[in-house]
Amino acid sequence: MTILLNENAHILVQGITGREGLYHSERMQAYAKNVVAGTSPGHGGEWVLGDKVPVFDTVRDAKESTQADTSVIFVPAYAAADAIMESIEAEIRLIVCISEGIPIKDMLKVRALLEHSESRLIGPNSPGILSPGKVKAGIIPGSIAIPGRVGVVSRSGTLTYEVVQVLKDANIGVSTCVGIGGDPIVGTNFVECLDLFESDPHTDQIILIGEIGGNEEELAAEFILNQVTKPVYAYIAGRTAPENRRMGHAGAIIEGKTGSARSKIEALLRAGVQLFSYPEEIAEIIRI
Amino acid sequence: MKLHEYQAKLFFAREGIPVPKSGLANTPIEARQVAAEIGYPVVLKAQVLSGGRGKAGGVRLVRNDSEIESNANLILNSQIRGIPVQRLLVEKAVDYSGEFYLGIVNDRSLAKPILILSSSGGIEIEEVALTAPERIEKAAINPLLGLQNYTVRALASGLGIDYALWKPLQHIAAALWKLFDRLDATLVEINPLAVTPEGSLMALDGKMTIDDNALYRQKDFLELSDQIVETPTEQEARKFCLNYIQLNGNIGCMVNGAGLAMATMDCIQQAGSEPANFLDIGGGATADKVAAALTIIMKDPKVKAVLINIFGGITRCDEVAKGLAAVIPEMPVGLPIVVRLAGTNAEEGRKILENYPQLLQAETLMSAAKIAVRESMQVPA
Repeated sequence: MTILLNENAHILVQGITGREGLYHSERMQAYAKNVVAGTSPGHGGEWVLGDKVPVFDTVRDAKESTQADTSVIFVPAYAAADAIMESIEAEIRLIVCISEGIPIKDMLKVRALLEHSESRLIGPNSPGILSPGKVKAGIIPGSIAIPGRVGVVSRSGTLTYEVVQVLKDANIGVSTCVGIGGDPIVGTNFVECLDLFESDPHTDQIILIGEIGGNEEELAAEFILNQVTKPVYAYIAGRTAPENRRMGHAGAIIEGKTGSARSKIEALLRAGVQLFSYPEEIAEIIRI
Repeated sequence: MKLHEYQAKLFFAREGIPVPKSGLANTPIEARQVAAEIGYPVVLKAQVLSGGRGKAGGVRLVRNDSEIESNANLILNSQIRGIPVQRLLVEKAVDYSGEFYLGIVNDRSLAKPILILSSSGGIEIEEVALTAPERIEKAAINPLLGLQNYTVRALASGLGIDYALWKPLQHIAAALWKLFDRLDATLVEINPLAVTPEGSLMALDGKMTIDDNALYRQKDFLELSDQIVETPTEQEARKFCLNYIQLNGNIGCMVNGAGLAMATMDCIQQAGSEPANFLDIGGGATADKVAAALTIIMKDPKVKAVLINIFGGITRCDEVAKGLAAVIPEMPVGLPIVVRLAGTNAEEGRKILENYPQLLQAETLMSAAKIAVRESMQVPA
């Protein structure tokens, strides 16, 4: 069992004829054979992935012809909010946006639209979702994780790979790994993912990987304190980051008193979460 | 990207928000010329992108012609929180009887812009939030609808602001929203918004921050971008699309991914030293980009050792290794470079690097950090 999506997902890739879109569609197809369609304006009628997957001009066309229910977005930042809105409009159930660098104003509109829809958005600036051995929607390398009962939720990409690889090296498996994205405005937050893991019968323990900026981790801590019964472990990146400098991710910035690693670590500790201070340490403290 | 006060005020004036008469000066003589045009008394204000300007002596009231050059000289020769002052705003001093705060900022948890009004202007809003939260009123703005007048009235009423000021407040808030929305701002702020003896409102200081992700469609600001505080090395890095921030330590680092880069910096600190920089080479970096990154790290004379941590996903470790191999011969002899490769094609990458004895390879992130710190201590100062 997994959260957010399972092996029956019908995946649509928006931007499937682009370099990134095509490469990662091949990887997803090799992992779980559930890419059913792609979109690329002006390429409707073409076929990709060994001539087995049809390309459509619009999401609506793709959905009507293939029953696609999950979309993974690889279009450039300037067109990405438009792509998300197209999927919301077409009532795609789960939208995973990999694109990085979307203007905040566009994301505010997307969030306003999401409030009135049944769709769920993961990202943007997300590495996607991986349920080891079952399904992958996004760019997380399939080889770094084995199936198991630990849920992982993170704001980062490669840092998540690092932690998941440490788990694999210690022979610890993962139920689902979700990257919620490194932007200030994202579709799904830590609290919602913690809630899903808490009620997932196939997840026993949860690892949360946060970083400086915003107050997502503080809100997560409050939720863990009141609503989560499963053991939670956490890592917070950016203890050495200076104030007022954006550390790569648009969301990773300490502004005045908000967003510091210390505030997040203290909040998580108060919630009974076990912190690890470098990636390899998770293998030493997690009890399986 | 943050704008200077004078830049923000240009936008305010264009939208019809009243601001005092002013002009820019780069030298004391220019300051005197501007002051002669607008008339005394004037306020001289250092144009630096840093808070605490008043406390640091960056703002001075000048009453007449005889004092202007000496005062301008003092500010132009000073530093504010380490930033040298290069430009002054010479502004007509204005009498006022009250000060408000008015701003619009994005709220990350609500995913909406919020309008903030305070009856305690002239001090930082964070300070008011701590000491007198009852003097702040705020309301979320629906980004699909934009700011409506009733929202402004509700805040003014909540703070008990004199009804005579509601109309001008609505007018100024509407103008601020227009700027916020049209310019892809993440913050617009007037503090203080002064009440003049005639009962009108005037913006005495202003701040604006523009969303970096939107600069591609806000071309006006690209011309202003040379005024961002950036070291020459940071500018150089930007040319190669490398995300580089100079810091104070002496372990240079190169990582793929922002989160992992921060984690690597934290490991360096935990191993007993400090990072010299943040550097994210991004996903799928080519050999050329890796070579440029190492060269940029080495421009910082503080660097005593380099730590390269790559977790290959989209990025291929063999490609990274090729880039390193290309520039290693140009690196100073005796400079320790620790490389940790994992993920996609890590094995191939390690093989390429075996031929370079100057490179020390490590298995895990923490062990790599420890080696880099240990080696840096053995490099003569």
